[in-house]
Amino acid sequence: MSAPLLEVSNLQMHFPVREGLFLRARAFNRAVDGVSFTINPGETLGLVGESGCGKSTLGRCITRLYTPTGGSIRFAGEDITHMRPRTLRPLRQDIQMIFQDPMESLNARHTVGDILEEPFIVHRIGDRVWRRKRVAELLNIVGLPARSATRFPFEFSGGQRQRIGIARAIALNPRLVICDEPVSALDVSIQSQILNLLVDLQREFNLAYLFIAHDLAVVKHVSDRVAIMYLGKIVETAPSETLYREASHPYTQSLISAIPVPDPHRKAQRDVLRGDVPSPINPPTGCSFHPRCPRAEPRCSEAEPGLAPLTGNHAAACHLLARSG
Amino acid sequence: MALLEVDQLITEFATDEGLVRAVDGVSFTVEAGATLGIVGESGCGKSVTALSIMRLLPQPMGRIAGGSLRFQGTDLARLDIPAMQKIRGRRIGMVFQEPMTALNPVHTIGRQLTEGMLLHKVCEPANALRAAADMLDRVGIPSPDLRLGEYPHQLSGGMRQRVVIAMALACEPDLLIADEPTTALDVTIQAQILELIADLQKRMGMAVIMITHDLGVIAETCEQVVVMYAGKVAEQGSVFDIFDRPAHPYTRGLLASIPRLETEAKSRLGVIEGMVPGLRDLPLGCRFENRCTFAVDRCREQLPAPEQVAAGHAVSCLRWQEL
Ligand SMILES: Nc1ncnc2c1ncn2[C@@H]1O[C@H](COP(=O)(O)OP(=O)(O)OP(=O)(O)O)[C@@H](O)[C@H]1O
Ligand SMILES: Nc1ncnc2c1ncn2[C@@H]1O[C@H](COP(=O)(O)OP(=O)(O)OP(=O)(O)O)[C@@H](O)[C@H]1O
Ligand code: SF4
Ligand code: SF4
Ligand SMILES: [Mg+2]
Ligand SMILES: [Mg+2]
Repeated sequence: MSAPLLEVSNLQMHFPVREGLFLRARAFNRAVDGVSFTINPGETLGLVGESGCGKSTLGRCITRLYTPTGGSIRFAGEDITHMRPRTLRPLRQDIQMIFQDPMESLNARHTVGDILEEPFIVHRIGDRVWRRKRVAELLNIVGLPARSATRFPFEFSGGQRQRIGIARAIALNPRLVICDEPVSALDVSIQSQILNLLVDLQREFNLAYLFIAHDLAVVKHVSDRVAIMYLGKIVETAPSETLYREASHPYTQSLISAIPVPDPHRKAQRDVLRGDVPSPINPPTGCSFHPRCPRAEPRCSEAEPGLAPLTGNHAAACHLLARSG
Repeated sequence: MALLEVDQLITEFATDEGLVRAVDGVSFTVEAGATLGIVGESGCGKSVTALSIMRLLPQPMGRIAGGSLRFQGTDLARLDIPAMQKIRGRRIGMVFQEPMTALNPVHTIGRQLTEGMLLHKVCEPANALRAAADMLDRVGIPSPDLRLGEYPHQLSGGMRQRVVIAMALACEPDLLIADEPTTALDVTIQAQILELIADLQKRMGMAVIMITHDLGVIAETCEQVVVMYAGKVAEQGSVFDIFDRPAHPYTRGLLASIPRLETEAKSRLGVIEGMVPGLRDLPLGCRFENRCTFAVDRCREQLPAPEQVAAGHAVSCLRWQEL
């Protein structure tokens, strides 16, 4: 088995919170609070969780848009946790990002051709003729007509703009692409086009993905392994099939039970989870899921359960699941 | 008599580049106490249909240009403004996707909740706050008395949507129109809100029009389904007609394109190639023609009319019998 491409250990990103009721204590938003996982070359790790649980922050730490406040990130064996911008530069070719709304990351005043050519100019790759040829190739790979190069982003639909975002992300032959909610804003008929494209590109270019989304069905569909996040922590991780068939953590079970199934014969008798997601600024003590957990016991509010292996690749953080001894 | 009969509704907008027809001959019926779902991709006219029924089209651009909206025997399309105001909020309630659009940020929750009840005289002024607190309690908001004095920004997204539902239901309407009520919410909160709507519906006997692009939500909540495409109804029928026996190529395409928990990871999803045509360059014939794998020449020339597949199941496709 090959060495992992990405190794994240005990990663923390605590944002200082300056305003607030209690000025005496400087509070922290524990957006990412001790996360560990690996991604192998050509593999997809799916990351699922509700709004605010820290998914995007985690993605931004890995691309080093943020410098984490704790833990470490190793990419291809190299520690990049505190790397400075200048040394980061070659890394920026290897790790790319795709966002929910590609318009945010596409310069609206540039043509699509200019947008796709830019990474090559920044990294001083090829001459003008070569670059233009490569742009045409990229458009072809993501299924857009070559004439798109002379048009502007606003002339395209949401799905087409996402194709442009993907073309730019793969321009420099990256090894890892962080996909942050890449299909959340798209209609289902367009969503499936983009998901198929991402799977094809992965096979063709041996890309590894960190695929972030709140829709478990979408994530499960594209991922080899899935990690479930709750309030800055991973509470369960398993191969996709195992996660769906043998979900073990009470939160994962509630999440699966909450998904409306597109089959009228299976109107679910579901266990609806009560309450709101607590704030990561003052997370609950012990297991942070305990205020909403249908199976919580007294010890759950006192001690924090660690992510412990259940079988093979399957691990969960819950006192009920920890093997005694 | 059905609660609501929408018949050949046509809604147009005046734009800089001329008139556009966002809804073009839409018909469906909602029975008292029943749930009808409207599904379709972005821009197909779901919200415009809802706003037409509520007579809340943006003015002066939007207008109902044809058809009728018979609600409890009265044609809403022809009502004057004061008469419509008596129905809106009282007999028909509406919940929008983004709760903040329905809430006034500078007024307390209590004031916003009592406003409608007092306007429609469904309770005495002296009892209004009590009734508002009861309503918050019914939608599952803890410590309702305290919440009455709070402002919308002090609540979470799920709580705000509960308040909006409380407002829509305060006068116990006969019909609730819910336009993507859970799209902006997390799935565990969505489950709470859908359960809440179903629960209140059962207790109050109201009918619901559930607008969503999520086929899962449709399958879970609706008895009848209208599938819209580019301003027209592509297919309609019972939820079982639509999921078990879809007759329109668009409906079939939609069902094939959703990732499901039980499908194999990285397997190929069905796709519908291409995009919805713009309202300004709609084809003469079938509006799905440029994306349909079954399209033939006559699809480009002839507009398909609704045909009956079985009782209560209708499809607008020239070739449905051959497929
Ligand atoms: N730059 C920042 N400064 C301070 N706090 C931040 C910053 N970015 C994110 N946060 C906070 O960190 C927490 C996690 O946010 P994040 O955006 O990572 O969540 P998410 O899981 O991506 O949510 P969503 O599904 O809504 O995108 C939130 O409480 C958020 O307010
Ligand atoms: N004020 C307006 N002026 C001009 N056109 C409008 C106006 N409001 C809506 N439309 C057009 O009417 C069509 C239908 O819009 P509508 O909002 O009903 O779509 P929808 O099905 O609700 O989509 P979504 O799923 O995105 O909410 C769209 O093409 C839209 O551009
Ligand atoms: S540790 Fe306790 S509260 Fe946390 S998930 Fe397990 S049972 Fe629930
Ligand atoms: S009428 Fe023709 S183009 Fe339209 S859905 Fe039927 S087969 Fe397809
Ligand atoms: Mg995010
Ligand atoms: Mg809408």
